[in-house]
Amino acid sequence: MSPKKQEKLPMDIGAVIKEPGSSIKNKTGSWRSLRPEVNRDQCIKCGICWQFCPDMSIKMDKKDGTAVIDYDYCKGCGICAMQCPVKCIKMVKEEK
Amino acid sequence: MIKKVIEASEAVAIGAKLCKPDVIAVYPITPQTHIPEKIANFVYDGKMDCELVDVESEHSALSACQGAQAAGARTFTATASQGLALMHEVLFATSGLRLPVVMAVANRALSAPINIWNDHQDSISARDSGWIQFYVESAQEALDTMIMAFKVAENKDIMLPAMVCLDGFTLTHVYEPAQIPEQKEVDSFLPPYKPLFTLDPKKPLTMGPIGYPNSYMDFKLQQQQAMQKALTVIKQVQQEFLKRFKRTYGNGLIEAYKTKDADIAVVAMGTICSTTKDVVDELRKKGRKVGLIKIKTFRPFPEADILDATKNLKAIAVLDRNISLGQEGAVYSEIKAVLKDCKTRADSYIVGLGGRDVTPNTIKTAIDKTSKSKNPIKEWLMQ
Repeated sequence: MSPKKQEKLPMDIGAVIKEPGSSIKNKTGSWRSLRPEVNRDQCIKCGICWQFCPDMSIKMDKKDGTAVIDYDYCKGCGICAMQCPVKCIKMVKEEK
Repeated sequence: MIKKVIEASEAVAIGAKLCKPDVIAVYPITPQTHIPEKIANFVYDGKMDCELVDVESEHSALSACQGAQAAGARTFTATASQGLALMHEVLFATSGLRLPVVMAVANRALSAPINIWNDHQDSISARDSGWIQFYVESAQEALDTMIMAFKVAENKDIMLPAMVCLDGFTLTHVYEPAQIPEQKEVDSFLPPYKPLFTLDPKKPLTMGPIGYPNSYMDFKLQQQQAMQKALTVIKQVQQEFLKRFKRTYGNGLIEAYKTKDADIAVVAMGTICSTTKDVVDELRKKGRKVGLIKIKTFRPFPEADILDATKNLKAIAVLDRNISLGQEGAVYSEIKAVLKDCKTRADSYIVGLGGRDVTPNTIKTAIDKTSKSKNPIKEWLMQ
């Protein structure tokens, strides 16, 4: 999503946002140039990536307990891949 | 109303007390220290009902005021020089968030070399931060401007922070007689602060979101429009103040002193104006047609008022207690721009940096040089 397509802020004085939920609408995943890909067979379900993710874009699967990336909001910082103790997260180049 | 001989710093503290701020967060720095000292006395003596926050830096002082103001409090702080420089990034956030914090600035030079004395470099360097800037010349004006500053800043069409700038030592440490208004008079002049939005866990909202390229500029335009509107509101507030308290400082934006029939006028800000008024009186006794235009409000800049006051003059001597290194004095730049289509010539004199005295002789030198010259002058008066 380019900045042009971003939703415009309401024009209240001081850029105040009176309704909650604007960060859900703002899908920051479009900023990503590298995407984390989890090898769920190797994942040991430790949750370290979930703890370190600065954007709360990793969830632990309710059924099998492995890490799942939320690509709507993941900016591709790579912290999860760096922290993974079994190196099961790879950063892969985003291509159109 | 009581008339007392007080230090100008105390006048600022009394001004703050009369405006009943809920929160004051402040960090001491020379030559501002007497202001928070006096306020601390008021608070600990139970004469002032406010939360006085001792913070670890000026960056925190303004941040704390900003947070409290966002929660609906009226706030005040004071600083100088390096302290104002340390606040720099917070200044822009305060104005962008449209939080009408009021701050006293005890004008002092910036390092290096280290210097604790007066010039206007600190607040001039914060010129573009979106704060209203008032420059005062006496203890009485400092006190009165505090009250007016809150009223202007908190006007619902303005909602911008304001600085009350007073010359360090040259004014902050000077004792002068001043009239102290009655609390009930101030209460009826300055109603309680009514925020447009308030941080409240029961009714959550976001302050300070990201402004993408598609909206950032729109908010800057809103700030600029509020600044332009402040030109009118400042005049109105000064008028209202005059009616109630019988004191006025020009029209609130500028004060033209004996300029009606003048050929030459000095343009200056702060305490230099008091000295210049004496010089003007003295030279007029000798038949010289001189005057003074004091700029009280530097931001927003009163372009129309200055044009009106200067267009019939032959020449102007601008005394700048600051220097935009690589160019010229900041006030001179403004005046030159205002006069671009006029015959009036503007000369630039840099004076009084780092506490160098600006004496009647300094001012006379500038007036003499401007009177005699046929070409524009740009000079530093080093005497």
